[in-house]
Amino acid sequence: MAPVAPRSGDAIFASVERVNAELFTLTYGAIVRQLLTDLEEVEEVNKQLDQMGYNIGIRLIDEFLAKSNVARCVDFKETAEVIAKVGFKMFLGVTASVSNWDADGTCCSIVLEDNPLVDFVELPDTCQGLYYCNVLSGVIRGALEMVSMKTEVTWVRDMLRGDDAFELQVKLLKQVPEEYPYKDDE
Amino acid sequence: MQFFGGSEISPSPPAPTASGNNAHMMYVFNRNGVCLLYREWNRPLHTLNAQQDHKLMFGLLFSLKSLTAKMDPTNAERGNLGVPQLPGQGCSFHSFRTNTYKLSFMESPSGIKIILVTHPRTGDLRESLKYIYNLYVDYVAKNPLYTPGTPIRCELFNTNLDQYVRSIA
Repeated sequence: MAPVAPRSGDAIFASVERVNAELFTLTYGAIVRQLLTDLEEVEEVNKQLDQMGYNIGIRLIDEFLAKSNVARCVDFKETAEVIAKVGFKMFLGVTASVSNWDADGTCCSIVLEDNPLVDFVELPDTCQGLYYCNVLSGVIRGALEMVSMKTEVTWVRDMLRGDDAFELQVKLLKQVPEEYPYKDDE
Repeated sequence: MQFFGGSEISPSPPAPTASGNNAHMMYVFNRNGVCLLYREWNRPLHTLNAQQDHKLMFGLLFSLKSLTAKMDPTNAERGNLGVPQLPGQGCSFHSFRTNTYKLSFMESPSGIKIILVTHPRTGDLRESLKYIYNLYVDYVAKNPLYTPGTPIRCELFNTNLDQYVRSIA
């Protein structure tokens, strides 16, 4: 049996069940709105969105792996490409690009030209510190943690703050080797 | 023993048995060695208590994987036997067969391990295990009431799993 080739983001996107894009955008907006009301502090909302994303990410990774047939990536470069080309396409229907690699290949930027989360959104003056899409950085961090990569994900550019694109910086902190989980004397 | 990329020993479809159900048991482990699920269909002999049994199975897979990676003649880059590996690193085995049973094994890059023990004459189950992984995604990972890393208590998953396993083995 020949190994099954990884499926492209487009192919998966076409085959999975989808929800109406506006419903999705508005639901996300309602969540952020509610968090702002509940938590009051913009910083707290950022944190909460990141945590929500993380919780999504640690589950999402299995769906991603099961549906995309992607095998283990050889290096972090491939990982970033797979997130941008397959991951974003599969779950959000948009393609991202990877750029700004540093010299040792452990830090890069994922640039989103199009982001379905922010249709109809304008940040009011009271929320200038808000990273509206912070859930995305949490998702990436959570998903990568499940495939043994500790990462730090931060926003560099945000269209809601007047930049020309969305840019997420993904920094690989360390890769965790698999260890025997039980102690000998247990 | 079959390895990834190796030739198939038995490409013929599984031989049906009279009982119609020749799956013995199944385990699902996560990356931390927690046994998320243990299903038993036909296992007359129990020699250990459940917890020891799970630990023994996990230890067997862990060591065998390390050994198969060490023996890989096609890869020049590898550590010493027993040196920790990144999950999915190196080659791995996907099944072994004894004269009384066959054990099929699948590991996802996220460290979910699915083990199915069946009749020794069962054919290649790699696609089936992948399908079971998909069941896990649909009924467990997407279940909002399931806390990741805890044993699976999900009727819908068990029902679908039983049904599917009955159809393959």
